[in-house]
Amino acid sequence: MDGKKKNNRAWFLVLPVVFVVAFTAIIPLMAVANYSLQDIQGADNRLFVGLDFFKRVATDPNIQDAFVRNLTLSFQLLFIQIPLGIFLARLMPRSGWKASAALVVVAIPLIIPWNVIGTTWQIFTRSDIGLGGVMVNQFIDYNLSEDTTDAWATILVMDTWHWTPLVTLLVYAGLRSIPQAYYQAAAIDGASAMAVFRFVELPKLKRVLMIAILLRFMDSFMMYTEPFVVTGGGPGSSTQTLSILLTTIAIGQFDLGVAGAFSLMYFLFIQIFSFIFFTVLTLDERPGATKVTPKDKKKLGKDKQPKQPKPKKVLK
Amino acid sequence: MTTMMATTGAGKSKSRFYFDLRSWLFWLIMAIWALPVVWLISMSFRDNADILSKFEVIPTKISMNGYAQFFADPTWIGSYMNSITYTLLNTVMSLIVALPAAYAFSRFTFSGDKHLFFWLLTNRMAPAAVFLLPFFQLYQAVDLFDTPLGVALAHMLFNVPLAVWILEGFMSGVPKQLDEIAEIDGYKFGRFFLTIFIPMIRSGIGVTAFFLFMFSWVELLIARTITSTDAKPIAAQMTRTVSASGIDWSLLSAAGVMTIIPGVIVIWFVRNYIAKGFALGRV
Repeated sequence: MDGKKKNNRAWFLVLPVVFVVAFTAIIPLMAVANYSLQDIQGADNRLFVGLDFFKRVATDPNIQDAFVRNLTLSFQLLFIQIPLGIFLARLMPRSGWKASAALVVVAIPLIIPWNVIGTTWQIFTRSDIGLGGVMVNQFIDYNLSEDTTDAWATILVMDTWHWTPLVTLLVYAGLRSIPQAYYQAAAIDGASAMAVFRFVELPKLKRVLMIAILLRFMDSFMMYTEPFVVTGGGPGSSTQTLSILLTTIAIGQFDLGVAGAFSLMYFLFIQIFSFIFFTVLTLDERPGATKVTPKDKKKLGKDKQPKQPKPKKVLK
Repeated sequence: MTTMMATTGAGKSKSRFYFDLRSWLFWLIMAIWALPVVWLISMSFRDNADILSKFEVIPTKISMNGYAQFFADPTWIGSYMNSITYTLLNTVMSLIVALPAAYAFSRFTFSGDKHLFFWLLTNRMAPAAVFLLPFFQLYQAVDLFDTPLGVALAHMLFNVPLAVWILEGFMSGVPKQLDEIAEIDGYKFGRFFLTIFIPMIRSGIGVTAFFLFMFSWVELLIARTITSTDAKPIAAQMTRTVSASGIDWSLLSAAGVMTIIPGVIVIWFVRNYIAKGFALGRV
């Protein structure tokens, strides 16, 4: 970020945020750390157990299963939602009242409370009274509460319904920022729709896609409410996410030590991903980063062969 | 890299038809997308006996029973107002602390700024489930348990970082020369910030307020954990429609429709900026 003044008095401006976040984040996290290192039997009876709880969490087959399951879910969701989001954003009208209407319609799933999303889908997928459930039942025997595949597929469809709009809006914002001249240049070169996407749009979308991919990854990695309402983590534990399992251990079984250690490890894992996210996002703002100038970007729309220049194909 | 191949497929004469097709396809997909919500709305206008006895797509018998029950019962209206109260409180409080901080991040470098920004970011990424137990104890210890203020404060955990993030993006779009000119003209920082800078980024603040409202409105897990009866959010109230005679589908759907309304209203005001807000002001 060029042209910023060094001024340590700016700390005074960020102090209120530091205080608030200290209250809402640091104190609770310290409490969690406290649980994770001690076996608390009563108010006066606590025993320091070191890393025992961490070992238990790391070797617990239920937690390991939930971790793999949640990771699988997150990646499956990414593979569905990112391409679908791009596809929808490219179809969206770009101007006039239709564009405004489209924005509002697309954004609606995002402003519905998460448990209402769950409730809506619970109603929608009921095989006796739900429109979706009844329709699917015409083709296959669909039963959310008994068949694990059905339950998994429902979670995938529901989350795609809920969160693809986020990807769509981000990509739409990115597409709108591409100057018309780029498209004209591509049209003069006779570029195919695929080529326009690959060489004109994709480079411009890099940043918003990065935000979309990482927000989607992290939010799906801590998904709780929607699957909890629709399937309750079942049948069995087939749709139990990490957050559902953690809440069961912490609130249901009130197993403070294990819950604390689990929380810290969960948090750490997400922190590592956040760090990668943050580093990638600010990569082009660091000193020494290669800046892509508008001129370079324009070139990307045409033939670009940095390594081995072949004879240029003559355009028809 | 592959060589870009020229194609002659997309001729001029076809382009008009092509665009219409795209538009039709888009609205067709949106119609399918709307089905679950349409179904919820349709259910909210039928009564329970009707819902359970026959399956129909368009209700033949309109009944306002669900809504009547919703508005007649003070616990439903009360929890609805609770949700609105803590959501608004959270929006205002988050904006007040986030505005100066976002300005600091967008204008200055200072010791540890990158680390601080990253640390804030991690709180947006923190799983709510991690904070449940300590929040339960912390808010009881400071007498904020079961109050709208308590929920508003708890939601600042993820909303303040988000606000700083979005506002910083919008503020970075304002040329730094503006600050310098104001300084030369003899404006003190406070006056410059309140009377010139904030009005300049009002659309950014509007979008940020929308996001704060939205994320506080949709959150349930934390809100449910640190409330019991007095500040119970509408979302938690909805989990209590199961009675001896089964789930009250009609009331549940009516309440669901009611929770969608505030969002739709605010979304209309920021429709042209939503996309920019989701991109954290950085498109």
